[in-house]
Amino acid sequence: MSSASGKKKIVLSKIYKNQIFIPLAAMFILLLFNLIADPGFFKISMGYNSAGNPVLSGYLMTVLDNGSELAILAIGMTLVTAASGGQDISVGAAIAIAGSTLLRVLCGTNTRPDTLRTPIFVAFIISCLVAMAFGAFNGALVAIFKIQPMVATLILYTAGRSIAAWINNNELPIISDPKFGYYGGFIPGIPIPTPLFIAAGMVILITLVLKYTNLGLYTQAVGINESSSRLNGLNPVFIKWLTFVILGICVAVAALIKVSRLSSINYSVIAKDIEMDAILAVALGGNALSGGKFNMAASVIGAFVIQMLTTTLFKFKVPSDALPAYKAVVVILLVVFSAPIVREKLGNIAKSLSSQRKEAA
Amino acid sequence: MPKETLLTMRGINKEFPGVKALSQVDFTLRKGEIHALMGENGAGKSTLIKVLTGVYTKDEGSIRLDDREAVIRSPQDAQHMGISTVYQEITLCPNLSVAENMYIGRSDDIYQNWKKMNEGADRMLKSLDIPARATQQLGSCSIAVQQMVAIARAVDMDCKVLILDEPTSSLDDQEVQKLFRLMRDLKERGVGIIFVTHFLDQVYEVCDRITVLRDGKLVGEYEIKDLPRLQLVSKMLGKELDDLSDIKTEESETKTDDKGVPLFEAEGLSSTEGIKPFDFHIQKGEVNGFTGLLGSGRSECVRAIFGADRVVSGSMKKNGKSIKIQKPIDAMKNGIGYLPEDRKIDGIVGDLSVKENIILALQVMRGFFKPFTKAEANAFADEYIKTLSIKTASSDTPIKSLSGGNQQKVILARWLLTHPDYLILDEPTRGIDIGTKIDIQKLVLKLAGEGMSITFISSETDEMLRTCSRLIVMRDRKVVGELKGEDLTQNKIMSTIAGGEEKK
Amino acid sequence: MKKKVLAVLVASAMAFGLMACGSEAAAPAPAAEPAAEEPAAEEPAAEEPAAEEPAAEAEAPAADSGELIKVGIINNDPNESGYRTANDKDLKATFSKENGYDASFAYSLKNDEQITAAQKFIQDGVDYLLLSAADTSGWDSVLKDAQDAGISVILFDRTIDADPSLYAASIVSDMDKEGETAVNWLASQNLDEYNVIHIQGVMGSAAQKGRSGALDAKVAAESNWNIVTQQTAEWNAENAQQIVQSVIDAGTKFNVIYAENDDMAKGAVAALDKANISHGVGKDVIVMGFDCNKWALEELLAQNWNYDGQCNPFQSSYINDVIKTLESGGTISEKTIIMDEKGFDATTITQEDVDSYGI
Repeated sequence: MSSASGKKKIVLSKIYKNQIFIPLAAMFILLLFNLIADPGFFKISMGYNSAGNPVLSGYLMTVLDNGSELAILAIGMTLVTAASGGQDISVGAAIAIAGSTLLRVLCGTNTRPDTLRTPIFVAFIISCLVAMAFGAFNGALVAIFKIQPMVATLILYTAGRSIAAWINNNELPIISDPKFGYYGGFIPGIPIPTPLFIAAGMVILITLVLKYTNLGLYTQAVGINESSSRLNGLNPVFIKWLTFVILGICVAVAALIKVSRLSSINYSVIAKDIEMDAILAVALGGNALSGGKFNMAASVIGAFVIQMLTTTLFKFKVPSDALPAYKAVVVILLVVFSAPIVREKLGNIAKSLSSQRKEAA
Repeated sequence: MPKETLLTMRGINKEFPGVKALSQVDFTLRKGEIHALMGENGAGKSTLIKVLTGVYTKDEGSIRLDDREAVIRSPQDAQHMGISTVYQEITLCPNLSVAENMYIGRSDDIYQNWKKMNEGADRMLKSLDIPARATQQLGSCSIAVQQMVAIARAVDMDCKVLILDEPTSSLDDQEVQKLFRLMRDLKERGVGIIFVTHFLDQVYEVCDRITVLRDGKLVGEYEIKDLPRLQLVSKMLGKELDDLSDIKTEESETKTDDKGVPLFEAEGLSSTEGIKPFDFHIQKGEVNGFTGLLGSGRSECVRAIFGADRVVSGSMKKNGKSIKIQKPIDAMKNGIGYLPEDRKIDGIVGDLSVKENIILALQVMRGFFKPFTKAEANAFADEYIKTLSIKTASSDTPIKSLSGGNQQKVILARWLLTHPDYLILDEPTRGIDIGTKIDIQKLVLKLAGEGMSITFISSETDEMLRTCSRLIVMRDRKVVGELKGEDLTQNKIMSTIAGGEEKK
Repeated sequence: MKKKVLAVLVASAMAFGLMACGSEAAAPAPAAEPAAEEPAAEEPAAEEPAAEEPAAEAEAPAADSGELIKVGIINNDPNESGYRTANDKDLKATFSKENGYDASFAYSLKNDEQITAAQKFIQDGVDYLLLSAADTSGWDSVLKDAQDAGISVILFDRTIDADPSLYAASIVSDMDKEGETAVNWLASQNLDEYNVIHIQGVMGSAAQKGRSGALDAKVAAESNWNIVTQQTAEWNAENAQQIVQSVIDAGTKFNVIYAENDDMAKGAVAALDKANISHGVGKDVIVMGFDCNKWALEELLAQNWNYDGQCNPFQSSYINDVIKTLESGGTISEKTIIMDEKGFDATTITQEDVDSYGI
């Protein structure tokens, strides 16, 4: 009996100490809140969409569906944060650029083509290259010229959406080919939203990359101690730059989903404020925004928790212009609870509680 | 002159989760004395000081200052009672002026009379003979002067007890002498000084009394004249041993082949860090060293060899074959390892685990797409934790939570794991406890015996005399001489550094 | 050294950003010229070289003698929406050199930047200042300056809180009327019950107030009109999609989507399609949008949507008339000119409507 409870305690403390505890706890609180307020949140039902394809629907599916882009961005943002100790605030603008490029390649100059000029795959590759180029630009400013990441990416943040509009001559192309809608919607016959598959693919990809390469070790080493990393043969400039290029790939994938959702683009509002959500996902994952060690899984979970918060707020009819205020509360709580002084106090309380229990026993 | 008691600490207990950091420690400080607090890392020196300065609160025991019970709950309390501390790392603001640093946070007034403040600061600096001006930006002063400014600040606050925690570790000999003059001056004024250091020489040069701690317990308090060096070391280690003489006997066994093709040689090497072009060579199995005052360019020389600074001229050969080293990875691929001078800035990757720190260099050499498996990494880590007896809870513990000496061993393990032909150790013994110092010196000789070439740099000349068979002497960023054989004596080194008769 | 290189780099990056901003006529004054020159260069190129010269000569002295009417146009960022893009295009087409204008453009979504631009135009000595203000307040002093300098101010698209004596004319849409037209159309559908998802624009904007006001009044007056949800999606399709998705997930019944612009209607429709809720003429849900984007009118033509309310972006011809009247010494009888605006019904819309009114 006592050994069993002891074991349980160790497992619990292990979970508590693990970084992944933070986003999981946040998710648990949100789920609990929804369960009490309206269990309908958990209902998932099978239906058919207007094209006659089976689809799963319900709030949880909405969370998974809409959280996908955020999860994909969180992957890149985590790496950038780890290596450079700063964040890229231009991802929303970069999505506008990548999405605009995608449409430009697909449509050419005709804004309402009946047929696509290029295969979607080719267009995606091109938009990916463009997004990587802009990532490389940001990365060069940060890695070579040593500008603060937030300041460096401010340039693209400001100019990005205008560049996106310029790529399509301020036109708003619309694609009528239903196949293009698969990426942000459903593939006929599969009731699970495609974005979720794409996000899962990206997560698996990054997991494999982290397992079969030294990307994780190198980015963390550079983020923790650049000088020491250099003396161990690493090239910190290249590694920081590389993380921005990888973020560029994530941006292109997220842009594909975003543009596909409506088969169109609006340069000024597409992926608006998504950079803040992506950064928040990294923070909610318990990763230090000052760089260094990271936990990729925690960031990805963090992203879905953010979306769950958004969806919950929409459910309770909170106006969308008030969403940032609620997210700000999350940020404040995060900052407070990760502050060393609070952690120490909490640790002391937990300790005294457990010792009291021991005495009582 | 009978000295009256200034501070007494009795029966101090302090416990951290799982560790008894101090148990029943007594400490007594008299007016106008310099009192060394000695012990290995982890012996409880820092904890005792932190209790005294209010950073930690003691669990038990009493502190009396000037025969009154002193309740110290915070560093502010300590400061108000006249207990000031100057830490190893400068805790002042380098972007403010000297005067601002001296007066910052001390005035209760909203208004500050700048003129008066600057005059007061200048007067104080002058009376202590500190070469700085009140209006100068602190960051533009040398580290030593910054430290003296910190002391001046303490003195200006009418401190009775001045704690100097490793103040000399980043100073060169001349600067140390200046600091000692200042300390003696303060002693004349009746200030009680607690001096924490690893340098035995300095203790015997400036201190009146020694208190030795070991494993959180008091070993004893001694008059300096009653405690010869060897005894002090043995008290700190808790063993009667003459390890130091052990090393010497081993040294004679290392034979170097001075003829034949050198393992590594460099010609006309210079880097962006402003060292004069120098020639250098090392034979297989040889231990040599660079010596000279701090800032004489000895570190810059080895950094140039390793490609740590950008090399601007010169050529290098390994085993007679010409090689090119532009960045550290080039050197590593040519079988060169480099333990850097500043462990914290250039050595450890703080948040990473001991294991990751050990495998880092070898992993980088192996390549981006070939990470070690968990099992391989664990095997490497466990092997070196064992052979170097690194004290760590596990191989997954973050390296930053280890003591300085153990951190250094991890960095050493990192380079040994790459199995270099030529290993450069720049100040491997700085700021670590005496036990580890001896371990490292022994290891150097053992490795050389196994055929590894080693360049060893240390601020403590006797360490170099013990380990090196050839010394390259530097002055003002220039190689000014080379000593070997019977020239390897303290005096000869001093005179070469000092100049006059230059040796070729 | 590195810092300097950096500064140059950042500056050039910013400059590139600016260039990209307008693409055709970005930075206020200078960039407008090449844009205006373009058609002028094209036209004679088609003619014989001999014929070119007199044409060029005829134009050149006109420019020198100052016969071109100098106008400074302060507008919102053309990338803001399709409406604004169309608006900007229309202005550029009308105020060209061929039409006897020398136009400079300044774009900003921020009031203070717009005021700075206005002051610059006043210094440059423009003849007319055309203004679509980002904010309704704060314009009094700068307009007074304009008046003192003898510059006529013409407001377009948006009104401001300033004394009418400070401007010559104001050419605006009547947002309240747009809302009323839409709500009246909806009432004419004679549904038994109206369960409306009301997706609002950015709260407090004139368009939002006008379009929300009419619906709110109707809902308050009629017992069979209910609001299922009323939320702002900030003109954003993605937010609109999530709002409608949320209503669908909750299982609440509704039969009208009243979106205050086309983008949001499109987002709403995406959510409907996903849940297989039919929409359009004779279907389960009535879809209403505003602004008459071309693609939106095409949706009407395909009967996927039911109604689209026009918000006329083509003020330039009205402004042109005002300027011509003033130049010829005439007076403006009515200061506030309200533009004709239509509401399109999917059952009656034609391809011609799409071509002529789509933006």
